[in-house]
Amino acid sequence: MGDLEQVILAYVKREYIEDGDDREVTVTTPLISGGIVDSFSMVSLKRFLEKKYQIQIPDADATTAAFDSVQKIAALVERFRPVHA
Amino acid sequence: MSYGTDVREHYRKELAGIREAGLFKEERYIRSVQAAEIEVEFPAGAAAKHVINLCANNYLGLSSHPEVVEAARRGLDHRGYGMSSVRFICGTQDIHRDLEKRLTGFLGTEDTLLFPSCMDANAGVFEAILTDQDVLIADRLVHASIVDGMRLCKAMQDTFKHSDMAHLEEKLQEHQDKRFRMVVTDGVFSMDGDIAKLDEIVALAEKYRAMVCVDDSHATGFIGKTGRGTHEHCGVVGKIDVITTTLGKAMGGASGGCVSGRTELVEMCRQRARPYLFSNTVAPVIVAGALKVLDILCQSTERRDKLEWNAKYWRKLLTEAGFDIKEGESPIVPVMLYNAKLAQDVARDLFAEGIYVVGFFFPVVAKGQARIRTQLSAAHEKHHLDRAIEAFRKVGKKYDILGKGKNEIIAKYGL
Repeated sequence: MGDLEQVILAYVKREYIEDGDDREVTVTTPLISGGIVDSFSMVSLKRFLEKKYQIQIPDADATTAAFDSVQKIAALVERFRPVHA
Repeated sequence: MSYGTDVREHYRKELAGIREAGLFKEERYIRSVQAAEIEVEFPAGAAAKHVINLCANNYLGLSSHPEVVEAARRGLDHRGYGMSSVRFICGTQDIHRDLEKRLTGFLGTEDTLLFPSCMDANAGVFEAILTDQDVLIADRLVHASIVDGMRLCKAMQDTFKHSDMAHLEEKLQEHQDKRFRMVVTDGVFSMDGDIAKLDEIVALAEKYRAMVCVDDSHATGFIGKTGRGTHEHCGVVGKIDVITTTLGKAMGGASGGCVSGRTELVEMCRQRARPYLFSNTVAPVIVAGALKVLDILCQSTERRDKLEWNAKYWRKLLTEAGFDIKEGESPIVPVMLYNAKLAQDVARDLFAEGIYVVGFFFPVVAKGQARIRTQLSAAHEKHHLDRAIEAFRKVGKKYDILGKGKNEIIAKYGL
C-alpha cells in the first residue's frame, strides 16, 4: 500500500467507521456500494482530498464509482495531482 | 424523444431489476379510516382483511378522532374546500394566521410559517436562510427530505457520525472559518426511533457559535412531558433556532408542515422559501382540523401518556419474545431483520396473521439494515399489543429468528 492509499484509508476509517463497527476496511473494500460511505457524506471525503493534496476534483469526476474504494480514490487523486518535473 | 419501444423497454428492465433484487414495493389499499384496526385490500382485488395496524404515524390516535373530523367539517363549511392560491397572493386566511400563532405557542418559539408539508418545509428552509458563505453540518441519519433540502442550498455541506457528539465537535471546530454554521438533526430518528442528544448539541452550538435546526416530525405532539417535542424532552425549549415539523403524523395525520423558530429566520422563509412561494396553501379543512388537535393536546396529556405506556409495553413484549430490536424510548420500534427478502416475507406472514406492518429495505434504509418498523399509537389498547405479539412470536418461530442477534440472522439469511 502506497503512502497515498494509507492516508486515504486512515481518513476513511476515522471519518466513516462508527464505534463498535468491527468490519475490516482495506484499500479494495467497496465503500459506497458496500454502504460504508453514502453520497450524502461523501462530500467531506472530497473536500479532505482537495485540501490535503491541493487539487480540484470536478464534480463530473467525483462519481460514486470513482469513490468506491480507497484504491480508486487514490487513482483519482493521482489524475489531478500536479506533475512535477 | 418520443416514448418509443426502446425507451419503454429500458424502464421495464429497470423495474424488473428492482423486483429481482427483492426491493419492489407494493401498495396496500385501506378501505376504512385510519385507526388501530383497519380493513386492508391486499393484493389488489382481494377481499378486505381486518387487521391491527402497527405502521402508522398516527401516534396520538387523532387521525379519525370525531372532534377533529367535526372541526374539519366546520372548516369546510365556513372557509371552503380550497384557496386556489399560494399563500402570498390570496391563499392566507385568518385561520392560517391563527394556526401559526398557536403552533408558535405550543412549540415555544418566536414565529411559525405553514408549508404544504414538512417535506416542503425542509426543501425550502435552508436555501432561504443560508448562502455559500455558510455550512450545514447534519447528522448522517437525517431524513431524506433534509438531505434534499441541503442539496438545494448553496451552503457547504458536511455530516457527522450519527449522534456522535465528539465528531460533531470536530466538525464545528473545522468550520469556524464560515460565516454561519447550522447543525441539523432529526429530533426522533424516523428509522431507528432513537432521540437526538439535543441538550449536548445545543451546548456545542453555543460553544462554537452555530445555529440548530431540528426536524421534529416524529416527536411533535408526544415527546416531552407535555408533548411539545424533543426540545422539551431534552430541556432546551427556546434554544432551537429552527424547528421543522409536520401536521401529517401525530397532529391529525392529514397534511401540512411548518418552519418554527427565530422571528427573522421564519420571515426569511416567508420572503424566499420556494415551496412557500410556489406551492398551494394548506387547505382550510386541514387548518381547522389542526387547530382542534392543538385544543385537545393543550387540555390534557392523557394521549401522550398512554402512548408512552404502549411503547414501553411493546418493547418489553418484543424483547421477551427474543426479537432483535433497537433500544429506545420512542414509539418507533424497529424489529431488525437485516435481509430485505426476510423483511418482506415476515411482513407478508404477519399480514396473514392479522397484523399490518411493512418491510423497510434499501433505499429507505441502508443495505443490510432491513427491518420491520413497528409504530405505536395511543389508539392501541393492551389487547391489540397482546394479540400482535402472539402473531410476531408465531412468525418469528417460523423463520427461526427468536433469540438471534444480528450476526446469526445474517449468517442464516445473508445480506
